[in-house]
Amino acid sequence: MAAHVNPTFIRQKVPGLSFLVLILSLLSCRSAVAQESPYIVTYDHYLEEPGSLEVEYFSTFGTQRGGNDFDAFWTEFEYGATAWWTTEFYVDGQTTFDDSTIFTGFRWENRFRLLQREHLVNPVLYIEYENTSGADKILKEVEGHDVESDYAASNAALRKEHDHELEMKLLLSSTFKGWNIAVNPIVTKNLLPSEPWEFAYAVGASRPLALKASPNRCNFCRENFIAGVEMYGGLGDTQSAGLHDTSHYLAPVVAWNLPSDWTLRFSSGFGLNDNSHRLLLRWGLSREFSGFGEIVGRFFGGRP
Amino acid sequence: MKTSFALFRRSGPIGVATICMLVFGISVFGIVQVLAQNENAGEPKNKKSTYAAMAEVPEKAREKENPFAGDTQAVAAGGKLFEQHCAECHGPKAGGTRKGPSLLREEVQQAAPGTLFWILTNGVVRRGMPVWSKLPEPERWQIVTFLQSLKLQTLTSQRPPE
Repeated sequence: MAAHVNPTFIRQKVPGLSFLVLILSLLSCRSAVAQESPYIVTYDHYLEEPGSLEVEYFSTFGTQRGGNDFDAFWTEFEYGATAWWTTEFYVDGQTTFDDSTIFTGFRWENRFRLLQREHLVNPVLYIEYENTSGADKILKEVEGHDVESDYAASNAALRKEHDHELEMKLLLSSTFKGWNIAVNPIVTKNLLPSEPWEFAYAVGASRPLALKASPNRCNFCRENFIAGVEMYGGLGDTQSAGLHDTSHYLAPVVAWNLPSDWTLRFSSGFGLNDNSHRLLLRWGLSREFSGFGEIVGRFFGGRP
Repeated sequence: MKTSFALFRRSGPIGVATICMLVFGISVFGIVQVLAQNENAGEPKNKKSTYAAMAEVPEKAREKENPFAGDTQAVAAGGKLFEQHCAECHGPKAGGTRKGPSLLREEVQQAAPGTLFWILTNGVVRRGMPVWSKLPEPERWQIVTFLQSLKLQTLTSQRPPE
């Protein structure tokens, strides 16, 4: 005899139960100390450890000429599927002051390590699908002819635009004598056939404040801090390539990897031309949970 | 939920395709995890392959000397780093887990410091060990120093009481 299941019950309870399962999974995981890079826009070639889930929250406060300042935020779930493949899911939102707070879309990102071993330059292929509205202001990357005035309109007007984009990056990164140098050429295509391919870049350099670990656990040891700088901006598109009508940012960055398994990141991005926001103040908080893959596997019936 | 479905409908075929890809991806991921777990149950994962990878270390890399050899501070610092970054897979006492092989075995304990340093730097990516070059070179050497100190600890614990 088939049991009757109330659809309203499913609609009301399934999202809550899913969230509960996720929370229980995270609580079942062991936390792990990560050596996170301080970059917020640029990527180096290091992927998430296999089986680990990193949950991250980022916030970007941006000044806006000709409109209201905003605070855009996103949550990332970054999972190390294998030692050569990391997959990430983002949920974006923003608050525009004296306007509203809205959900602005989601992203699905994948990074693939192309070479097995370490080399002078290490390439990683990055492929991302974005489903966002025109009101998305996280500025995770600045592409094509993105300029400050694009963000000046009200949320009601901006959210009418829907973007389905495919973004590809070649992450080139090298680590030598403690210094990491990363260069990311970026190509983006709005999936509407009429839209051109857009170009962008992000580059970064960083170094831990100390290269040698101290023997004791400590919060304020110099090796826990990694400082650096990143620069990012647009390079036009296939219809009009070049630097005209593009925006660019220079941002000192710092990461604090705490022994309590949390990582804090700060960045203050300064607009480099009149098309750029004057200030993008960013911060992020993340925590890595190791063994998440095993826990999920158990839900599917895998052996403990 | 209703709002979510409305959002997907508005997203059109591309949005629906994305959701399908996500659901498919998550399902494949779950199944792969189960298969991997069942296949390796009861045996430390990648044991043979990881040790075999040590034979692939270039001669020049093997000859590198540990700048912290015999440094007790480095052993302590390496132990801390091991606990933070390696114990998850290799076990808190380096005895191995389902995810990573034992580092107390002869293959590791008798390896040249340069060999261990090279494996740490390059990982064994195809077998699940990530590269650790994101740790600065001195920190990697500190971990090597700690690993090699385990040999002495093992010998001491095995010695019969006088």
